[in-house]
Amino acid sequence: MDNLFLLILLPLISALILALLKTNAAKLIALILSLVSLALTIPFLCQFDPNGGMQFEKNWAWISALHIHFHLGIDGISLPLILLTNGLMPFIIATTFAKNYKGNFYALMAFMQAGLLLVFMALDAFTFYVGWEIALIPIYFICALWGEGDRIRVNLKFFIYTFLGSLLMLIGILYLYQQVPNHDFEWTSFIALELEDNTQRWLFWAFFIAFAIKIPIFPFHTWQPNTYTNAPAAGTMLLAGIMLKMGVYGLMRWLLPVVPTGVALYGQFAMILCVIGIVYASIIAIKQDDAKRLIAYSSIAHVGLISAGVFSWNTNGLSGATIQMLNHGISVVGLFYVLDIVQQRTQTRRLSELGGIASKAPKLAIFFMIICMGAVGLPLTNGFIGEFLLLKGVFQYGFWFAVFAGLTLILGAVYMLRLYQQTMLGETTDRTIQFEDVKGREILVLGLISLLILYIGIFPNFLLNLSAGSVEVLSTFLGR
Amino acid sequence: MSELIWLIPLLPLIGFIVNGLGRNAFSKGMIGALGSAVVLISFICSCILFSEVYQSRQAGQAGIIEQHVFDWISVGNLKISLSFLVDPLSAIMLLIVTGIGFLIHIYSIGYMHHDKGFGKFFAYLNLFIFFMLLLVLGANYLVMFIGWEGVGLCSYLLIGFWYKNTSYANAAKKAFVMNRIGDLGFLLAVFLILGTFGSLEFSTVFAGAKNFAAGDIAVVSITILLFIAATGKSAQIPLFTWLPDAMAGPTPVSALIHAATMVTAGIYMIARSNVLFVLSPITLQLISIIAICTALLAAAIALTQNDIKKVLAYSTVSQLGYMFLGLGVGAFTGAFFHVLTHAFFKALLFLGAGSVIHGMSDEQDMRKMGGLKKAMPITYMTMLIGTIAIAGIPPFSGFFSKDEILAHAFAANPLLWGLGFLGALMTAFYMFRMLFMTFSGTFRGTDDQKHHLHESPKSMTVPLMVLAVLSVVGGAINLPAALGGNHWLEDFLAPVFAEGKALVPAAHHLEHSTEYMLMAVSVVGVLIMVALAYNIYVKRQQTPEGDEVPRGFLANLSYHKFYVDELYDAVIVRPINWLSSFFGNVVDQRGIDGIVNGAGKATFDTGKVLRLLQNGNVGFYLLMMVIGVIAIFIYGFLSL
Repeated sequence: MDNLFLLILLPLISALILALLKTNAAKLIALILSLVSLALTIPFLCQFDPNGGMQFEKNWAWISALHIHFHLGIDGISLPLILLTNGLMPFIIATTFAKNYKGNFYALMAFMQAGLLLVFMALDAFTFYVGWEIALIPIYFICALWGEGDRIRVNLKFFIYTFLGSLLMLIGILYLYQQVPNHDFEWTSFIALELEDNTQRWLFWAFFIAFAIKIPIFPFHTWQPNTYTNAPAAGTMLLAGIMLKMGVYGLMRWLLPVVPTGVALYGQFAMILCVIGIVYASIIAIKQDDAKRLIAYSSIAHVGLISAGVFSWNTNGLSGATIQMLNHGISVVGLFYVLDIVQQRTQTRRLSELGGIASKAPKLAIFFMIICMGAVGLPLTNGFIGEFLLLKGVFQYGFWFAVFAGLTLILGAVYMLRLYQQTMLGETTDRTIQFEDVKGREILVLGLISLLILYIGIFPNFLLNLSAGSVEVLSTFLGR
Repeated sequence: MSELIWLIPLLPLIGFIVNGLGRNAFSKGMIGALGSAVVLISFICSCILFSEVYQSRQAGQAGIIEQHVFDWISVGNLKISLSFLVDPLSAIMLLIVTGIGFLIHIYSIGYMHHDKGFGKFFAYLNLFIFFMLLLVLGANYLVMFIGWEGVGLCSYLLIGFWYKNTSYANAAKKAFVMNRIGDLGFLLAVFLILGTFGSLEFSTVFAGAKNFAAGDIAVVSITILLFIAATGKSAQIPLFTWLPDAMAGPTPVSALIHAATMVTAGIYMIARSNVLFVLSPITLQLISIIAICTALLAAAIALTQNDIKKVLAYSTVSQLGYMFLGLGVGAFTGAFFHVLTHAFFKALLFLGAGSVIHGMSDEQDMRKMGGLKKAMPITYMTMLIGTIAIAGIPPFSGFFSKDEILAHAFAANPLLWGLGFLGALMTAFYMFRMLFMTFSGTFRGTDDQKHHLHESPKSMTVPLMVLAVLSVVGGAINLPAALGGNHWLEDFLAPVFAEGKALVPAAHHLEHSTEYMLMAVSVVGVLIMVALAYNIYVKRQQTPEGDEVPRGFLANLSYHKFYVDELYDAVIVRPINWLSSFFGNVVDQRGIDGIVNGAGKATFDTGKVLRLLQNGNVGFYLLMMVIGVIAIFIYGFLSL
């Protein structure tokens, strides 16, 4: 059962099955299938050797004439993301049980899952690119068909914007393919190339912009707030929880090791963009009235910090980035789920119309408090572990970078507590007077998320150990 | 016992979980009993630990017990463990936190009896004790930081305990955010310590500090960042404005968190890091200046406040200033001594105020009180003791601790002593003003209140009495040599401050005669102030005017808290809000997104124009082709 290809095959088969289901049972079947996917991940987790480099490799010739291989493998940087993808899917599906989605919705989700896994496992740039684009198509339809508001226009922009970035990356990949002596797309061939400085310069930008749009890093972020806000809750969770990690993963897998000199030259500029993004997005988040938009901006700030950790290029920053990608996934699923519950019950997300929910729904208020504390990085929550390591990494990079990036500690508290206060505290409003507390399935999902937040915050070493070896290796690429 | 250190914080955590889950199922009696019992057991464990440390000290050893619980974070060569350290300093802190914590739990059973959130309240209190114990017990800066931020969360939850009131919820948010400003300083200090010493363990850091020269830039930066952290948690200028607002919380919370324990965390942390601080004379000077300014500013504000809890809140800020002054002039023992005595008398005063508020049907305005001593004799007597103690009249505890700080201040710089003395005069005045306005004269409240007026139940008065006894005799643990004492506390704490002391030239020594004179001056000054307050508020029975009555310039400044909140609002809050709107609506939507949309639109428009070229006119195509060919030829010729 330790065949990586199975992990990709299963969601593809799921997608086929689910596409044919028109009944309400689809969501249950989707949940079960996603749990099977998660179960299939466990053997890899158990057998993984943190210091073993690339493992479980599978390599098939795909298009022999062009030396294209379907080449999969995982190391300590991809494994946490595979865990994230397969671990979050059941949660995201479970949050949609109150909705009226049919099989086609879940088929798209499963299809996207396959694309995401392909991205995280691909060791061949061509395979990587295929996964990268495959993941984009289903999410486009999920957001465009089940979204709200001005969804068609917003999603078209999202699609074109990210696609433009992908094309830049494609040019970079094709150029690298030309440079490899025996013309292949292998990751190992790419990192073995000794490119001239001038080549690394433009290659840096080709890859960086592609990933920066996806993450998004300031100032390539303007597609994000509208897309997140207009997407259905599950779509937002997919986008923020998993999909944006493709970009960060891209930085770690394809940017740092392939064009190290380019990163050495322009890394500081990228770092500045990340830090500006943290402060800028946090400040914007402070005054948002739409709760979902507030979280969208806060997400820009959080991924800005993750990216800053990557560009700090030391073991602390890279470890922090790896673990924080998982943490951020868990916490945004929690946040967007709470907002979805609130919106379902009150028909609004406007903070000015909400308030007093804690008195009507004390259980929801407790879960929301734990999730918020995870998001602001209070010690003993998962967010702290990530934030601490990331800021430590950034601090090693430069004192003032850490001071400005650290402002997220203060500004994060300002907007998260405002969000909490405006929804949960104060007197009830017309909208919240009838608010019904969470129960059953909702408690199960929120409870599990809360437990994960606390568990990782108290015992983070299991996850940190997974990535330790690979991060160590990656950090040696610096200044090569 | 030393293997069971982890039990001390674990018990309140269990209390929190059990009470938190069962808050609706259990009876109030059960909740109160469980919540108090876990803290009592922690207290007993702390006593046993203390006696171990004590015996070790008696035997001439350092009295240090360390315990490694588990590895928390390990990445590469960064290894941070969850480990505990019990030494003379933390042993005493443990007793304060669990001992006073227990008394306040008992008191809360009576005080919160009618509250719907009784279970939630006890769960939060236990959670607070848990985090405070982590803060005190941490053997490295990061475990201390868990507690540091954790108590901030509990403070947030408890200030906003009555969350339906928007201004209370705002006060809670303000406390959390201001604390977080300090916390950023703490975190940066942690990074710098890691970079400088390669470890966060206290033992390694302090041992490594010996190799640094005084005034080393790394040590100076670390200490300044740590002091910034302390100004947040311990409410010093410029981050003090959250503490008076924190009085929105239930009164036992004010007593426990915002007077006796949490707000002294900054002093504890600096005393713990004394080795680093003595290496940075600049930081110590900065601390002295900030401290004396805070002490005076807060005392000046307290002079005119009419809300009984606000008076005590500003008094706390002011007293914290004295503790920092002690740290600044190198009187680490004196500062910690004041932490201890202040914990007794300020907890007592707050609980007394709570008893008054309870008896007055939730009235906090002293202008509506008066003459309460007949109806509430126990509250009156105990609060009188607390007031004498804080005013600094011998032989009550506050006199000795404050005197020790002021004596050291005099040795460092007589001006500091003079300003400190001025603060002490104001303290005596505003405290007796509070006492007289509340308990003397005639009742000024409504008939309803008068009818309902009663002494508080036993569960509330017994903790008052215990604290009153401690406030009287607490000074005995560190009697100065000038008064024939033996400096017990100083000897006991000696190992904690020994390394720091060894690094600096011996401090100025005061002659006993000078010390006597200083004491005499301060006692006489304080007594005059008491007489002045008596004259105004008892003999002449003056009550302060209503809010709208115009006041003199100074009185107005004091009454309006020197407009610091308004200043912060204008300089920080509003600009950030403006910036938020500006970034969101202008820069983001029109600026950056405008460019993105512009790029899209430009592509679209270019297509629109170029489309017109494809007009189906074959003649035009041929013309274009010829022009193109000619252009290629010209280019070819030119490049030859």
